[in-house]
Amino acid sequence: MPHPTAAPPPGTPFVALAAVAKSFGAVRALRGVDLDVRSGECLGLAGHNGAGKSTLMQVLVGNVSPDEGRFTVQGEDVAGRLTVARARQAGIACVFQELSLCPNLSVLENARIRHASLKGFGWRGRAARLITRTLDEIFPGHGIAPQALVSDLPLGQRQMVEIASVFAQGDHEAPLRLVILDEPTSSLDNSVAAQLLAHVRRFVSAGGSVILISHILGEILSTCDRIAVMSDGRVVDLREAGAFTRASLVEAMGHVVSHEAGETLVSAEAGRRGAVVASATTPKGGSIRLEARRGEIVGLAGLAGHGQTSLLVLLHNAAQGRSRYAAVTGRVAFVAGDRQTDGVFPLWSIGGNVTVRSLSRLGRFGLVDPAREKRLAEEWRTRIKIRTPDMDDNILTLSGGNQQKALFARALGSDAEVILMDDPMRGVDIGTKQEVYALVRAEADKGRTFIWYTTEFDELKSCDHTYVFRSGRIVAELGRHELTEARVLQSSFEGEAA
Amino acid sequence: MTGALANPRLLRALLPPVSLILLLAVIFTIQPRAMSYLGLNLMLNLALPIALATIAQLCVIAVNDLDLSIGAFVSLVACIGATILPENPALGLAALAGCIAVYAALGALIHWRNLPAIVVTLGMSFVWLGAAVLLLPSPGGSAPAWLSAVVKLRTPAIPFAILASALLALLVHLFLMRSSLGVVLRGAGGNPQAVRRAGWSLLKTKMAMYALCGFFGCLSGLCLVGLTTSADANIALRYTLLSIAGVILGGGEFTGGRVSPIGAVIGALTLTLAGSLLTFLRISPDWQIGAQGAILILVLALRALVNRTERRAA
Repeated sequence: MPHPTAAPPPGTPFVALAAVAKSFGAVRALRGVDLDVRSGECLGLAGHNGAGKSTLMQVLVGNVSPDEGRFTVQGEDVAGRLTVARARQAGIACVFQELSLCPNLSVLENARIRHASLKGFGWRGRAARLITRTLDEIFPGHGIAPQALVSDLPLGQRQMVEIASVFAQGDHEAPLRLVILDEPTSSLDNSVAAQLLAHVRRFVSAGGSVILISHILGEILSTCDRIAVMSDGRVVDLREAGAFTRASLVEAMGHVVSHEAGETLVSAEAGRRGAVVASATTPKGGSIRLEARRGEIVGLAGLAGHGQTSLLVLLHNAAQGRSRYAAVTGRVAFVAGDRQTDGVFPLWSIGGNVTVRSLSRLGRFGLVDPAREKRLAEEWRTRIKIRTPDMDDNILTLSGGNQQKALFARALGSDAEVILMDDPMRGVDIGTKQEVYALVRAEADKGRTFIWYTTEFDELKSCDHTYVFRSGRIVAELGRHELTEARVLQSSFEGEAA
Repeated sequence: MTGALANPRLLRALLPPVSLILLLAVIFTIQPRAMSYLGLNLMLNLALPIALATIAQLCVIAVNDLDLSIGAFVSLVACIGATILPENPALGLAALAGCIAVYAALGALIHWRNLPAIVVTLGMSFVWLGAAVLLLPSPGGSAPAWLSAVVKLRTPAIPFAILASALLALLVHLFLMRSSLGVVLRGAGGNPQAVRRAGWSLLKTKMAMYALCGFFGCLSGLCLVGLTTSADANIALRYTLLSIAGVILGGGEFTGGRVSPIGAVIGALTLTLAGSLLTFLRISPDWQIGAQGAILILVLALRALVNRTERRAA
């Protein structure tokens, strides 16, 4: 029952921030934010990477204490005194962008971590009931057992568990009043994302408040009552959602995006030409064989977690040795989607993270030449616009999107001819995306091949050829001219009782 | 889908008992007389202190650290047990309580200063060893009579070492794997950020786990000195590696908070029996340490295989 009890009249400010500022060393993450969140509304928060959205959320949940400014919860000043426990008491909870589940614990045990009141005799049963009830309510037909270990769940289901454990309302807990969702749908497929957004509307209409941070503009526009746009640590625009259009929202974020850019770059010929550089079949069988030709961008579509990542891993392994299922000619590079587990080297500098794939080229007499390494790092800093004062800083000083750019630079800066991308745009802002799309297209025109798994339909439009996956098999093959969202969805769901 | 996933999990859980049973089967084939109360008692005599040290190590591994000082610490406790404890029980118990407090403080230090646990505990191993040598410069001393009586208890039908190990495994399993507090302690190993964001104190969890390590280390030392009746500053130095091997053998991982108390106790029993097996095989003592290492590599290789099937299933 995530519905707040004794809800105050809609429209009164629940949380108000005035001139809130926060610096981390030399980086000014927040430069005076004014924002209020009212009861019974869903506030959208948009802005490109590094605009300060995540820091602002950390302030709201008490993880980060602001340097200056006023911060009130229900009229009570809490600036500098809000802790995680107090924020929870006040009914504020957050679904973080980087998942905060313990992979070594089961679903119900993770619920216990979030809900301190689940203890004493019989706590396992109560925790299982609480999390199952909430999952059933938000994501009907989720198919997640409360005893399952989180490390066994695919990324999408983990995100569902995370969301449910935040929305879950324990028996003796302060009613949930404000839920912050930071990129909640980045790992969810469309139907599940729709279930979540419907739940957000239900929660809001019962008097709760939600802050929705998303890079998927359609989601923000359709779900939110008001939308705030952040840029450079400030709120630069705040309007009713109805007053925004997709174009004006993008404009407010400070990126000028030409929607047609992708179309004009389309190569003229529709037939597939060029030598096949990579081919694979899915180990689970299926009649369609994936083929990627020189200079092509090949998209892998379908619902999240239906074998696309495994196929990329298979291709990557095939480049190093023989594989029964896949063959690759040429060198490959991999752009990870799950940054934390298989992307960044967290203890290394940004430069080190960019150049690691190319060290064999940067050597001299078997030793790495620091000057050449630095040159390569600096070249990619400017080419892909990594926002940092110094490439020698630790990689974790970057915002999520900029870390992802560094991973792109690692692959693009290498000598690889085939580049495998595992849904790398998760949680990346639209401006960065457009920059990377253009770069990918330019590299493909130079003869590189990209195999790109993506969960966003818009990204498939940049692909020359698309394979749709379902249950570990390739079920459809679509050329660029045949690609429509309806056909991709139809293939993804075919045979399932929808 | 669940069936495919349950399989490698089952393998992981089955590996420790299966290796133990295999080892026992080999021993019983070579030396049928070992299959008796007396035989088991002799072979598993020293299993309980090793099992306790393994559980101590498991507490630290559960929070992603490694304790390289547990062997020296158990030696020091044994020395305290053979010198101070019989003469002045109150002072002896106070000394042991002090040791546990030092362990908790180490956990706090490691958390506060973000120090590598390996370095801190390696340094501490020399401190513990030095203290033990100061206390007992040459082998000797004598354990209190009540302590020896407890650990040499003759239980009917099943030897005390097996009963006590089973009870230990069960109690630690209930606390660490089933209780609501144990979940938070293990969670701190799995994803410390998440546990902190949920409002728990990482400092407290680390201190608690280190204090538990100290507590089980004390039990191990007391149990050991009760069995041997006299002590020596070097008596338990090999426990450091045995305990780490026991945890890993039992299905634990070095990082990520994945541990299994029941598996760890079985792992400790397996390692103890490996020593007996080599004696039965009449392998000369010169080769025994190497052969023990070979057994360890064999079982850990099986573990690596299990990990691989798990990854393939994922």
